[in-house]
Amino acid sequence: MNKIIEKYNLSEHVAKFVIEAPMIAKSRKPGNFVILRIGEKGERIPLTIVDSDIEKGTITLIVQNVGVSSGKLCQLAAGDFITDLVGPLGKATHIHKAGTILALGGGVGIAPLFPIVKAFKQAGNRVLTVLAARSKDLIILEKEMREWSDEVLVMTDDGSSGRKGLVTEGAEEFIKREKVDECVAIGPAIMMKFCALTTKKYDIPTQVSLNTIMVDGTGMCGACRVTVNGETKFTCIDGPEFNAHQIDFDELLQRLRAYKNEEDQAKNKK
Amino acid sequence: MTENNETLNKGRNAQWRVELRNSVPNKDRVALERVKMTEVEPHERIKSQVCEVNCGLTAEQAVTEARRCMDCVTPTCVEGCPVNIDIPRFVKQIEAGKFLDAAATLKEYSALPAVCGRVCPQEKQCEIKCFYTQKMKKDPVAIGYLERFAADYERQSGKIQIPQVEARNGIKVAAIGSGPSSLSFAGDMIKLGYDVTVFEALHEIGGVLKYGIPEFRLPNSVVDVELENLKEMGVNFEKNFVVGRTASFDDLKELGYKAFFVGSGAGLPNFMNIPGENLNGVMSSNEYLTRVNLMYANQSDSDTPVMLGKRVAVIGGGNTAMDAVRTSKRLGAERSIIIYRRSLEEMPARVEEIKHAMEEGVEFMNLANPVEYLPDTTGRVAKARLQRMKLGEPDASGRRRPVPIDGDIVELDVDLVIVAIGVSPNPLIPACLPGLKMTRYGTIEVNEETMQSSVPEIFAGGDIVRGGATVILAMGDGRRAAASMHRYLQEKYAKK
Repeated sequence: MNKIIEKYNLSEHVAKFVIEAPMIAKSRKPGNFVILRIGEKGERIPLTIVDSDIEKGTITLIVQNVGVSSGKLCQLAAGDFITDLVGPLGKATHIHKAGTILALGGGVGIAPLFPIVKAFKQAGNRVLTVLAARSKDLIILEKEMREWSDEVLVMTDDGSSGRKGLVTEGAEEFIKREKVDECVAIGPAIMMKFCALTTKKYDIPTQVSLNTIMVDGTGMCGACRVTVNGETKFTCIDGPEFNAHQIDFDELLQRLRAYKNEEDQAKNKK
Repeated sequence: MTENNETLNKGRNAQWRVELRNSVPNKDRVALERVKMTEVEPHERIKSQVCEVNCGLTAEQAVTEARRCMDCVTPTCVEGCPVNIDIPRFVKQIEAGKFLDAAATLKEYSALPAVCGRVCPQEKQCEIKCFYTQKMKKDPVAIGYLERFAADYERQSGKIQIPQVEARNGIKVAAIGSGPSSLSFAGDMIKLGYDVTVFEALHEIGGVLKYGIPEFRLPNSVVDVELENLKEMGVNFEKNFVVGRTASFDDLKELGYKAFFVGSGAGLPNFMNIPGENLNGVMSSNEYLTRVNLMYANQSDSDTPVMLGKRVAVIGGGNTAMDAVRTSKRLGAERSIIIYRRSLEEMPARVEEIKHAMEEGVEFMNLANPVEYLPDTTGRVAKARLQRMKLGEPDASGRRRPVPIDGDIVELDVDLVIVAIGVSPNPLIPACLPGLKMTRYGTIEVNEETMQSSVPEIFAGGDIVRGGATVILAMGDGRRAAASMHRYLQEKYAKK
């Protein structure tokens, strides 16, 4: 059982949790995720660690209320307990000095992008960040991102914040303006697919972090299979980050819908 | 094992054993027929995932069955047992009506008697070595049923005996993973006086006993009682802890752990790498069984979903394949089909599991091997293309090799495919210990006698060493590792 120390609502559907987990706080690296479970009949859900505080012994998670399990988590408040929390899992991001990094975050994907932006900046890179979402209230961590980026461009579908347009338009603006050495993109699978297509045009090595369906998160079940460069990989132990230009995104999108019927039924029931 | 033989003999010469032996002439013992296990009727049992198929023996049945055992001078059955249980002693204790004593005997050797009594392949171990099988070509004494009887009797009596443990010696050791090998290791080490902690990555203790083996074969409540015994004996359990990730081996050493037993299992499902295998509706048996057994996905109040199929194909012929195919029947499949590339004779599953599956209406499509899966318009699997096979020459395993029959391909309508063709060692632990010597199969290399790895303070056993075996072999590894780790630690620390 892990105690929730603080909780903030970042928007109507997005909440930030600071959770007591001293060992994970100490051992986690950017790119790692945890699996948590709420309640004795709860589902195991993976969430990327956004930040940690070794001294306070806490980790930060950000979650969007999209289904039954994330909904249960979002209902918890400071002082409540997470039934089960395990991690850090997955391979850490390969942080190095590459030169100029283009960081693309879509929606709640901005949360897992944050530790990577921070780490690349700390490693001495120039970091250009694009934050994109449907509308203003879904743009999260803008202040923190500005703190760790050399430049931040905000894009919204409806123009309610920053510029009106898609994440790829923002990305191309940077790419056309200056030399970009590497790109990292995190967000909905469809957004990552189009980011990959864009950077491929310019031959920019690109990493994406996948949020696939998982059960155990330790390699045991294989629900998180993804085809990378023609080979089947497990997101939980081989990823969650992969070379974006090698991922079979259409298969990934299909696999993410595997439990759509069951999920819809569950949402309607509760 | 001479030491063991002496112990066995001493026990055999105890007065009560001699009297019991002489009380019934051998010809009367031999005349008795092997007991039949009462089973819940197939049409009844397939209505429930948790209804145990085997009902267990009554006290009367158990005593009669125990009477068949002739208490041999050289009990070959013991040799067949990977944990060397003093089988004649506990069987004779049952014959004498001393059921609790029989349970205590089992616990001297095994941390999980109620589990072993249910899932051990006794027909390939103790029972195949039984005098009846070996010399008389008759059905062996039902050692497995009797083991289960003694353990169940004790559990249901409410008089659960906690084995004696030695005074604490203050030396901390860790077991990684909480499956059968680790539990067996932990049981022996706690008896020897060590401070034992079992680390488990999942939110439940028990490893494959919980996530893998379905409740109709091994109820979770039976496993829980055995875990409770270990807790009573003083074993600490840490759930949600991935050794190497949550904390490193070095972190644990700093916390005072002097030696480690790695029993992290073979938790990486194999796939065939054929076209369409990543379609929705194709999954590993690990995923399917974990969703149902560990996450209770078949129950309405569970948040975890499981895909249901009307026409379910399970690929493979092992016990896991039987567990998966029988689970699919219980979850309402109209057709549940085993697809196996060899014939029934080569099938590695226990005879009992195959029999139970057949009784429950599972179909067997042997000598067939999937080569491709085809989707419906929504992207879910709709057809399996199967290559027909024939048997050729024996291969390295001694079984006849399946050979494709040219051009003989059939299509089968399916909406769920469960791949149960084996598992590979979980790479998480080895990845954290670059100094650890591995085999080319990705298993940890150990000395077979001592179970010690190339890193002196690290021992290993179970599927992370074997690559995919049985509960009882894993438990045997755990016991051997405990004995040799004990020697190692005594030499290193106790003399100080």
